[in-house]
Amino acid sequence: METLIVNPVRNTGRNTLALITTLGRAGVFFVRSVFFVFYLPFQWRRTLEQVYFIGAKSVTVIILTGGFTGMVLGLQGYYTLSKFGSEGLLGSAVALTLIKELGPVLTAIMVIARAGSAMAAEIGIMRISEQIDALKTMNINPIRFLVSSRLLAGVLSFPLLTALFDTVGILGGYLTGSKLLGINPGIYFYRVETSVLMSDVREGFIKSVVFALTVITVSCFHGYFTHLRKEGFGAKGVSLSTTTAVVQSCVIVLIVDYVITSFLL
Amino acid sequence: MDQPLIQFDSVHKSYGDNKVLRGVDLAIYKGEITTIIGKSGEGKSVLLKHIIGLVKPDSGNILFEGQTLFARKKSERDALRKKFSYMFQDSALFDSMTVFDNIALPLREGTKMKSGEIGDCVRKRLEQLDIGGIEAKYPGQLSGGMKKRVALARALVTDPEIVLFDEPTTGLDPIRKQSVHTMISDYQKRFGFTGIMVSHEIPDVFSISQRVAMLHEGKILFQGKAEDLLIDEDPVIKGFIQPQGLDLNDF
Repeated sequence: METLIVNPVRNTGRNTLALITTLGRAGVFFVRSVFFVFYLPFQWRRTLEQVYFIGAKSVTVIILTGGFTGMVLGLQGYYTLSKFGSEGLLGSAVALTLIKELGPVLTAIMVIARAGSAMAAEIGIMRISEQIDALKTMNINPIRFLVSSRLLAGVLSFPLLTALFDTVGILGGYLTGSKLLGINPGIYFYRVETSVLMSDVREGFIKSVVFALTVITVSCFHGYFTHLRKEGFGAKGVSLSTTTAVVQSCVIVLIVDYVITSFLL
Repeated sequence: MDQPLIQFDSVHKSYGDNKVLRGVDLAIYKGEITTIIGKSGEGKSVLLKHIIGLVKPDSGNILFEGQTLFARKKSERDALRKKFSYMFQDSALFDSMTVFDNIALPLREGTKMKSGEIGDCVRKRLEQLDIGGIEAKYPGQLSGGMKKRVALARALVTDPEIVLFDEPTTGLDPIRKQSVHTMISDYQKRFGFTGIMVSHEIPDVFSISQRVAMLHEGKILFQGKAEDLLIDEDPVIKGFIQPQGLDLNDF
């Protein structure tokens, strides 16, 4: 009887409490991370190092993914639009898809894969090797030292990377649409220019900033609390934290994307 | 006797079912080196971490200059922590920073010293510990003994008032061990800091410690002078000391 009725109820209660605790801990972690961004003295050097790591070192992968995404959009868009005799609208289709949707989302996913995983692993290793405790003994706030500079660097880097992704993607669409399939380049860029409004750019910008906050917080959170994982300790704990950070960040980015889109439409 | 600088009053700490500290009463006096000895896994490092606030007791009190440590405001605790320095058992060096940056970090973050002054200070400490010339290396490129000495340099670079040493000489050869002990003793005499050391280096540590405390089964079984420990008749203490072949005449 107990096995059939009490245990499922007990497990549900336990899991719900654990979820609420984790959400509360993540909320406090986020608020403290944001607070310490504005805490003086400002961490210029560490923030610039992180802009280099998150932003500059992601440029190649963003150019590659942006370029090929734009090229695929050009190909697919051309054949779809040509069915309706509207291939002249290819510039609009590629630009709006990239600026409003694919640019921010794919940039975030690329940065999660490249920098988010690295952040979770680095902070996780610092946790299990007592380096975070060492910071505390030196009276250095670990959240300010490790997370706030990354958060600010993310907020600065994500919109710039997204803009790069969009630009390269539009050029990729031009390559397949105009150079390969013969749409007039003038028409392609005219459509890009006339269809993209400032509100579209703003939507993409808002998304990229929110994704930055989400990705950096989730990645750092899982690394920072590696020692609290019950499923694994030490190296295994770090590996699980990294995996969870990547998977959760990706899922949250897609959920947040839907929420923002539904509000901004 | 003077008021203790730090006092443990019936401190208990458990991790799950594992009761690590079961009512620790301990007094640490200003300007002395107190060494905590005991078998491995007795909770000596846990005890040390309570002092600097990395671990909170489940029950009991830790008093600093007669005032409860955890009842103080956060700003007071932060100010207090500036007086402390901690040398970790596994060194806890920042593995993505060079040796220089590791030692310079507490000065960069906690003082208003200029970079030139910080550089001089770091290099001086490295020379004193006989590890000059490794500033540009990373902890992963160093031997265990060298890491210990870098950790020691980092712990002492801010000239702290209270230094907690968690097995500072484990993994060092006898000559280095002696030199680290001598250095701790010399520094202590020169700057008058209060040292709290966890060590297994018996009898070497007795010569530099003014007081010794023995942790056994979660409680302090003995605290006092090393000479008194050696003549103590408690069978547990005798059992711990005798395998080391110690005699009062050794001192």
